Amino acid sequence: MGGRVGLKGTDGKEILARARDLGAKPVSPVRTIEALREITQIADSIELVTYPFDMGEEEARECGFDPKVLGSIKENETTAADTANAAMAMLKCHVDLILFAGGDGTARDVCRSVRQDVPALGIPTGVKIHSAVFAVNPRKAGELTVRFLHGKASLREAEVMDTDEQAFREGRLSAHLCGYLKVPYEKDAVQPSKSASFATLDEETSQDSIAQCIVERMEDSCYYILCPGTTVKAVADKLGVAKTLLGVDLIHKRTLVGSDLNEQGLLKLLGQKKAKIIVSPIGRQGFIFGRGNPQISPAVIRRVGRENILIIATPSKLLSIGPGGPLLVDTGNEETDRMLSGYVRVVTGYQEEVVVKVSS
Amino acid sequence: MTENGIPGYRAVAWNEPLIFQLGRKGRRGSTILAAEDQIKVESGDVRSRIPEAMRRKESANLPELSEPEVVRHFIRLSQQNFGVDSGVMIGHGTCTMKYNPKINETLARSPRLTRIHPLQDTSTVQGILEIMYRLAKLLCTLSGMDEFSLQPRGGAHAVLTNARIIRAYHKLNGELEQRNEIVTTVLSHPCNGGSPAVAGFKVITLYPDPETGTPNVETLKAAVSKHTAGMTITDPYDTGIFDPCIDEYIKIIHEAGGLVAVDQANANSLLGRLRIGDVGADLCHFNLHKSFSAPHGSHGPGSAPVGVKKHLVGFLPVPTLEFDGSKYYLDYDRPHSIGKVSGFHGVIPAVLKAYAWIMAMGEEGLRETSEVAVINNNYLIEKLRKVRGVTLPWNKNHPRRLQEARFSLQQMMEETGVGIDDVNRRMVDFGIQKCFTSHEPWIVPEPFTPEPPESTPKEDLDRFSDVLRQISREAYTNPEIVKKAPHNCTISRMDLSSPRDPKKWALTWRAYLSKNK
Amino acid sequence: MTVHRYIPNSDPQMKRELLDEIGVEDPQELFAAIPERIRFRGQLDVPLGMSELGVRRLVEGLLSKNVDPDGMLSFLGAGCWPHYVPAVCDEISSRSEFLTAYTGDAYSDLGRYQALFEFQSMIGELVAMDAVTVPTYDWATASGDAVRMAAIATGRREILVARSTSSDKLSVMRTYCGRLAEITPVDYDRQSGQLSLEDLRRKMSPNTAAVYIENPTYFGFIETQGERIGEIVHGNGSLLIVGVEPLSLGLLTPPGEYGADIVCGEGQPLGLHMSFGGTSLGFIACQDKESLLSATGHRLVTITTTERRGEWGFTYVLPERSMYAAREKAPSITGTGVALCAITAAVYMSLLGPNGIREIAETIMQRSHYAMKRLSEIRGIKAPLFNSTHFEEFTVNFGRKTIRNINQVLLRHGIQGGLDLSREFPELGNTALYCVTEIHTQKDIDRLAAVLKEAVR
Repeated sequence: MGGRVGLKGTDGKEILARARDLGAKPVSPVRTIEALREITQIADSIELVTYPFDMGEEEARECGFDPKVLGSIKENETTAADTANAAMAMLKCHVDLILFAGGDGTARDVCRSVRQDVPALGIPTGVKIHSAVFAVNPRKAGELTVRFLHGKASLREAEVMDTDEQAFREGRLSAHLCGYLKVPYEKDAVQPSKSASFATLDEETSQDSIAQCIVERMEDSCYYILCPGTTVKAVADKLGVAKTLLGVDLIHKRTLVGSDLNEQGLLKLLGQKKAKIIVSPIGRQGFIFGRGNPQISPAVIRRVGRENILIIATPSKLLSIGPGGPLLVDTGNEETDRMLSGYVRVVTGYQEEVVVKVSS
Repeated sequence: MTENGIPGYRAVAWNEPLIFQLGRKGRRGSTILAAEDQIKVESGDVRSRIPEAMRRKESANLPELSEPEVVRHFIRLSQQNFGVDSGVMIGHGTCTMKYNPKINETLARSPRLTRIHPLQDTSTVQGILEIMYRLAKLLCTLSGMDEFSLQPRGGAHAVLTNARIIRAYHKLNGELEQRNEIVTTVLSHPCNGGSPAVAGFKVITLYPDPETGTPNVETLKAAVSKHTAGMTITDPYDTGIFDPCIDEYIKIIHEAGGLVAVDQANANSLLGRLRIGDVGADLCHFNLHKSFSAPHGSHGPGSAPVGVKKHLVGFLPVPTLEFDGSKYYLDYDRPHSIGKVSGFHGVIPAVLKAYAWIMAMGEEGLRETSEVAVINNNYLIEKLRKVRGVTLPWNKNHPRRLQEARFSLQQMMEETGVGIDDVNRRMVDFGIQKCFTSHEPWIVPEPFTPEPPESTPKEDLDRFSDVLRQISREAYTNPEIVKKAPHNCTISRMDLSSPRDPKKWALTWRAYLSKNK
Repeated sequence: MTVHRYIPNSDPQMKRELLDEIGVEDPQELFAAIPERIRFRGQLDVPLGMSELGVRRLVEGLLSKNVDPDGMLSFLGAGCWPHYVPAVCDEISSRSEFLTAYTGDAYSDLGRYQALFEFQSMIGELVAMDAVTVPTYDWATASGDAVRMAAIATGRREILVARSTSSDKLSVMRTYCGRLAEITPVDYDRQSGQLSLEDLRRKMSPNTAAVYIENPTYFGFIETQGERIGEIVHGNGSLLIVGVEPLSLGLLTPPGEYGADIVCGEGQPLGLHMSFGGTSLGFIACQDKESLLSATGHRLVTITTTERRGEWGFTYVLPERSMYAAREKAPSITGTGVALCAITAAVYMSLLGPNGIREIAETIMQRSHYAMKRLSEIRGIKAPLFNSTHFEEFTVNFGRKTIRNINQVLLRHGIQGGLDLSREFPELGNTALYCVTEIHTQKDIDRLAAVLKEAVR
């Protein structure tokens, strides 16, 4: 079997400082150890790679591992740059999985460094946890790691969100999409019993079949607003059109008409033409509008019309949100939110749709 | 040796080799009656008549054992198997593992059934045709449908048949192009979505309301359109919850121009209490190997007749069985029939057993069946809910269930790290069969779904809950014993990783040998 | 009412105990979930229950309306054949541990998994293939699954099927194909009955997913061009599917050796009673390739190891790759199969062994050839219609006499004649399909010949 796991832990200077201000003890090491304990059962068949001192080495040794230690840092003074460097070093080392402890900030740092070039999974220890890249709790992170290394878990895209600090301090909750990580998730099937369920499709194939379905339905007379995400990007890929992963693009007659547009740009290009929005919800929380795509403002939504919103999602994405949703909207405009609420159809495969609730 | 009142158990463990590892070259278990001399002379060397290229060069590499060795091998294998007759089988919920009356087995082995050919002149098989006809009529009275076809051989097969009938109906009305969607619910059996997909439909799945455990009328309305061909639904669901909106769903689908097919795999609680035909369903099916006591056979053969209302009778698989007042005959002249869904007439031994069972029960017995099945289940719910770590989802809205209930061990998992996979492996250490978890997707985390049919004595109900309580105790005090289970079974824990590797999996002994030289 | 013999808790006192524990007075309260407006309040048209003796008399009385099979000499085949079922097969298939089990893991149910794996292995040996799926209902549904597999694995939408395939089987194949694939027939040579390679070449296209042939064919003779057909098919990037009758493989080259990618067939001859067509078994085998295995919806049982050295376990293989290529994501339907039949077939194949299988094929051929000889001596009868080598079935043409006519005469003499093919294959005129197996004695065949001689006069 032989897998290699990279481990790092940091909360970033700012949080560490704030936490200490509040008199709290750093929670990160304790939770990291909780996760690592689940992995000790396979310690003999894996190689653990980590960064020095409290960025992983201490926790690893505490659990009885004899890790390979990369890089160098200043003890007790770790920064975002250290996180990024650690992740990059682990990627270069060809690890099978990067296990990181922290919050949204850490996730963001890891993501910016390795993107989707290597699977990653978060041990939740930070204060800000909006990203869908974290396991439910430290022990689950450890268990999922073991399952993944055993080949019993698939990978899916998960959004890395970052709270808008300014908005947060002003009392508003607003998140900003930083990117995506490839994250393992559990296939719930253990063994099929009386009715064989063929394998849950892997994420890419699922996205491809959704894209096939959408592309076949496309009309030349219509403009298509493509929201962020790999599921939506798969639609563009099928058309042979280059799409930005994190931005909103506009397509017409199977060609790119506008790229990484903001609200104004979008409205200008649309004019009065018939348009549809193709959007995929954020994992775990289930937001379709209001997190990660502020460009799709109430004005854009009203311009397009509720019946022209095409929601697409892979079955694993939907499951991460919870069976039946609800999907959430928070456009900032109550009336628009109300208009969007109710039951909607979500395309989950070539000939498959699901009905879910949308709430505000 | 007992532990907490539970008698000790050890499974038979013969370490029986694979049959390919037994016997000796030259042995044989059967001697073939040779042809008479004259036949041999007149037919000549038949082997040489086969063109060289098609003549088998090497004998098939089959085992070479004497008859007593074959018997011993398979008897030993049977001793390492667990059926309803072996012990507590409550764990296999949704399968309705009721007692299989032995008289029915004897009757099905009658030469007047075993030795008749399906295409014999109908004048020579009036007896079996009459049994088939009578069963179909009984199923009609139980369901409120107008006619049944006995051809489908399993639930998924039955739903496929019904999906094909729905297609044929819309095709005849010239609406098939437009009507290409089937609506189903996620807690219906997966074949309620899978079979229509195979039949060529797009499938729209409704999810349950998190509070009530069932979808609602609003959800359905969002799914219905001019593209709706129909709906497939299992009611009650495998969770044991009866969807009270069923008649409203049927109305909505009908208003949209569609047809409704109800999966009655869970009919054990409905016998004599609900007739889905009366409620408006256009099609349905029953599983004879569930509610109707035909045996499960280690996973088949099963049988799943489909029932339809008058307006769909013309589409039934061909031939249909008719009675002209004096004799039974097979009608092949059905221009609108969907054709055949399997060769011949269906799983006739199961048909005979189901007929015999219904006649043994009688009307009162059938009502008693549904009543006691539901009483048993609710008694079990009372006992299981008191077990630490076990919860009953949707329990606020549905504290009572019909014939089965889906529980969750999520609490136990979170508190101890022991989940249903571990519990199932530990359960068999006590000589009781493991639990069916849930079909995918797992809406309920760490699910298990027991079902105590009416043939379950109270002692079994108590035994099952005692064992679960014992395992719970273990999970909270000594989880390793559960996680490392089974300890008392025929084999120890299996390696479940290699089956994912094409280089390692082996579906035949020859494949195993070639991959493990 | 009396306590029912199959319902232990129907004793009123016992019921009361259970209800008390639940905390309910009237059991009707437990049905509250079913809305009153849809409850059934009528009378079921079901008579009073019966004792076991009553049930026995009832069912035996009904079955006695069937003609006694001992008093009837039948030459019917066509997908369900009369063979001798060894007593050991009946013994094992009535073991209640096998009969009443269902879906436990190998920890509690090692027996059925091992027996099933042994069945799969033996089929693999007969057909010369490394991968065998859990079997399905019968040959017809297995062939339906096989063509779906081919369409999904290749991404193509057309299946070419020999026109000499039974119409019932074609009907089932079409049921299974749905919108996934179209079935196009390929002609056969009028003289030999063999597949017309010319027509095959003509009909092959880039859209051909697979070609399906049977060996022996529905008409009973051996398709000799297997290897040639395989070349043509593979040259087009298509798959070769061969449908077989397993006993013939005692003497015939297994399809795995002449290019088959998928093999399907009927397992009923392997120790299963005819039971009016009710105990059948459709097996499917294929090359051990992920592309094929992930295109089947059927379960795949693999052998594996356990923590204890030298111990076997059995579990399922979950195909990792998706079936995206198909418009319908589900490769096929699957559910409760025919496990007990598979176990019985494993017993049968174990009893016969390599020598038994060869000998039974031989004796079948000897008898059928004797029969063809006897019948063709009768003026007005041509048997067989095709000049190829036959296995256990053969076509018999009666010139101007209709099969209906002939079979009625035979029936009066207690003989069930062959299947009337004239509606399915009008080009063959008044032709019937006769089946002769190891159970037909010389006396039986001579008797048939004698009656037919009278019938055609």
